[in-house]
Amino acid sequence: MQKIRFRIKRFNPAKDRRPHFEDFTVEAEPETPVLDCLHEIKWHQDGTLAFRRSCGHAICGSCAMTINGQNRLACQTLVKNVGKNIIVEPLRSFPLEKDLIVNLDRFYERFYSIMPYFVNNSPPPDTERIQWPEDQELIDEAASCILCASCTSSCPSFWADDDYIGPSALLKAYRFIFDTRDQAQKERLALINTSKGPWKCHTIFNCNEACPKDIDITNAIARLKLKLNDL
Amino acid sequence: MAKLHTYDVLIIGAGLAGTRAAIELADTCSVAVLTKVFPTRSHSTTAQGGIAAALGNMEPDSPEEHMFDTVKGSDYLGDQNQIEILCNNAIPTVYELEHIGVPFSRTPEGRIAQRPFGGHSHPRACYAADRTGHVILHSLFEQSVRAKVNYYSEFFVTELLLNGGTVCGAVAADMKTGELHIFHCTAIMIATGGGGRIYRITSNAHVGTGDGYAMAFNAGIPLQDMEFAQFHPTGLYPLGILITEGVRGEGGILINSEGEPFMERYAPDMKDLAPRDIISRAIYDEIAAGRGINGKEYVYLRIHHIGREAILKKLPEIYKFCMTYVGVDCTKDPIPVMPTGHYMMGGVPTDTMGRVIADENNTPVPGLYAAGEAACESVHGANRLGCNSLVDTVVFGRRTGKDMREYLAEAQRPALPAGPEKKTEALIKKLLSKTDGIRISELREKMQGTMMENCGAYREEKRMQKAYDEVRELAADYDKIALDDKTQQFNTELQEALELKNMLDFAAAVAYSAMQRKESRGAHSRVDFTERDDANFLKHTLLFKTDKEPHTAWRDVVITRYQPKERKY
Repeated sequence: MQKIRFRIKRFNPAKDRRPHFEDFTVEAEPETPVLDCLHEIKWHQDGTLAFRRSCGHAICGSCAMTINGQNRLACQTLVKNVGKNIIVEPLRSFPLEKDLIVNLDRFYERFYSIMPYFVNNSPPPDTERIQWPEDQELIDEAASCILCASCTSSCPSFWADDDYIGPSALLKAYRFIFDTRDQAQKERLALINTSKGPWKCHTIFNCNEACPKDIDITNAIARLKLKLNDL
Repeated sequence: MAKLHTYDVLIIGAGLAGTRAAIELADTCSVAVLTKVFPTRSHSTTAQGGIAAALGNMEPDSPEEHMFDTVKGSDYLGDQNQIEILCNNAIPTVYELEHIGVPFSRTPEGRIAQRPFGGHSHPRACYAADRTGHVILHSLFEQSVRAKVNYYSEFFVTELLLNGGTVCGAVAADMKTGELHIFHCTAIMIATGGGGRIYRITSNAHVGTGDGYAMAFNAGIPLQDMEFAQFHPTGLYPLGILITEGVRGEGGILINSEGEPFMERYAPDMKDLAPRDIISRAIYDEIAAGRGINGKEYVYLRIHHIGREAILKKLPEIYKFCMTYVGVDCTKDPIPVMPTGHYMMGGVPTDTMGRVIADENNTPVPGLYAAGEAACESVHGANRLGCNSLVDTVVFGRRTGKDMREYLAEAQRPALPAGPEKKTEALIKKLLSKTDGIRISELREKMQGTMMENCGAYREEKRMQKAYDEVRELAADYDKIALDDKTQQFNTELQEALELKNMLDFAAAVAYSAMQRKESRGAHSRVDFTERDDANFLKHTLLFKTDKEPHTAWRDVVITRYQPKERKY
């Protein structure tokens, strides 16, 4: 066990006019997830600390936050990955609700805006639709997105213009546009073929660095651009 | 003043069961889905290995064989009429999921890929790598967006409201603002999932606090078969994170400190693909015999022999968990595993259409429904087979939705009781006003400890009694809790306090039910009653809340095709 110093950005809308930092010390192993340290603080030191979390192993996407300057899932980041002095802040570029909780309404609105659902209006066969493994692999990685918002929050284009659809929602668009079974490709491409769509991506690669699932989001957006170019 | 909303149907929980029902209902009636986390954060998303259906894509299979495997897996406690419904509907249900876009992994012929799973006699787990629950939940959520389902996200339901025994609504807190809301409705579906968080070691998400069990129990609804808590054999040591049975489905082997593949001794036929209750006990036995790795409480799961490429393609999440959390490269080295609290076979008792039943005579509670892990249909009996839970949620979620629609055609919406929110308001006020007291975590950790030590995989009378007594004492200490956070917005500490209350309520029910069943069956394994006792206990436990000790009643098991016999693997 070693002493880990946490500096956490705090904001309680009922009390504070602006955010401030507070320090905490936690005894932890190098292998302890940062989420467990936050629980240690919340459960044994200061119950007011507010953050979202659920699954604890990087599949529900609740606990994305900024840890030592990088967007990460608290549950997937171990103390040894970030050192003994850990600064925790809410995801940037979204309105702050309380402590590490941000308002994700804008993020979800971008998601809803791209027809984020499978469309195939042909009568289905009695069994599954046939899809070749190599076709399934086109969307396998994109379908592993957990909607944690790490990518969109890390994107300078989104910082500059939050009307930008953003990497997460574009990845979702990619997941359907490149699904060989889906029939709404044209409508979806039309929805994103605007100045707020893939063209706003300047291949900065922040989204790839931020993605806790190691998805090649920048590549997906580039492939959407190529698809739009072919129209 | 609490805000009032009126809907035909209220669905509590946005996992697979709740979302599937919502889609079924969205175009014909007004539906609200209340969920304490954004829908895609629901615990269904953590399901890894697969969804069971006898598609026969790898080798010939049939719903009859699926049914027999499930009946046997349940240690003959599952209701066979329900299991038949499950297995017959599994096939069209999986095809339907594929038709709405679920990106299943594929065979070279382009069909849905299937892998072997514990207790199943054929490769029956339809999978998408090792994130099957995740892709199904996202696909269903996406279709619910298409169907314009109304979600109330980050709403925490505190109480079911009944009027003369008929459902009329629920009270919920909007966690963002702290405001109370009253939902006046004609029918309610409890789809709140399980409650593995009553155990110290669990694969369950932090949200798995059994809210629906407590909600129903406190409204006078019985809980069925709560003694059957499944311990999954392979939780990642020491965290308890789930390592899917799919690892063994792909060829993984459990070994002890002597390098022995010990499952050959416990289940000579199915070995590492025996059902979970049997493998978990085998691991505990190996550890008790001093054959845990390095004398510690874990064994090894070896998978590297299937090759790096196969692991990265079929088990990418598992590969990453092992690297991230324990620094093990499972393409080269074995994974340290131990049993972990995983699934509640028991729950709110329901009939074939998801209607909640009020007693041993199967009397329905008008307007109340349940499905998924919150419910006990009972298709899993005393022990659930892997990948039968996902298919259970979708099959019975859909049936529940259909039946609710029929119920709405005839039912009236009863009046709300006077001051419906008063009880919740008083509870919250009390929690927020106390200044000196004990922390939530003190009670929660004690509860998780005693449930793990005294009401885990192996049980005996005096230890279960101890667990029950201690949980009751902790419940009595609940009044001493003081919160640091007295504010309204996103008071997550308050939410944890409400969740703790739910856990204390249903953990006591688990321990009490367990004491009533004086036999060993499936996941309920007693050292003082080591044999299954069909003469006395081939029946479901029904537990009712009273002012004092719970009242126990028994419900007959439905046996249609397969008479109980000795369970060997």
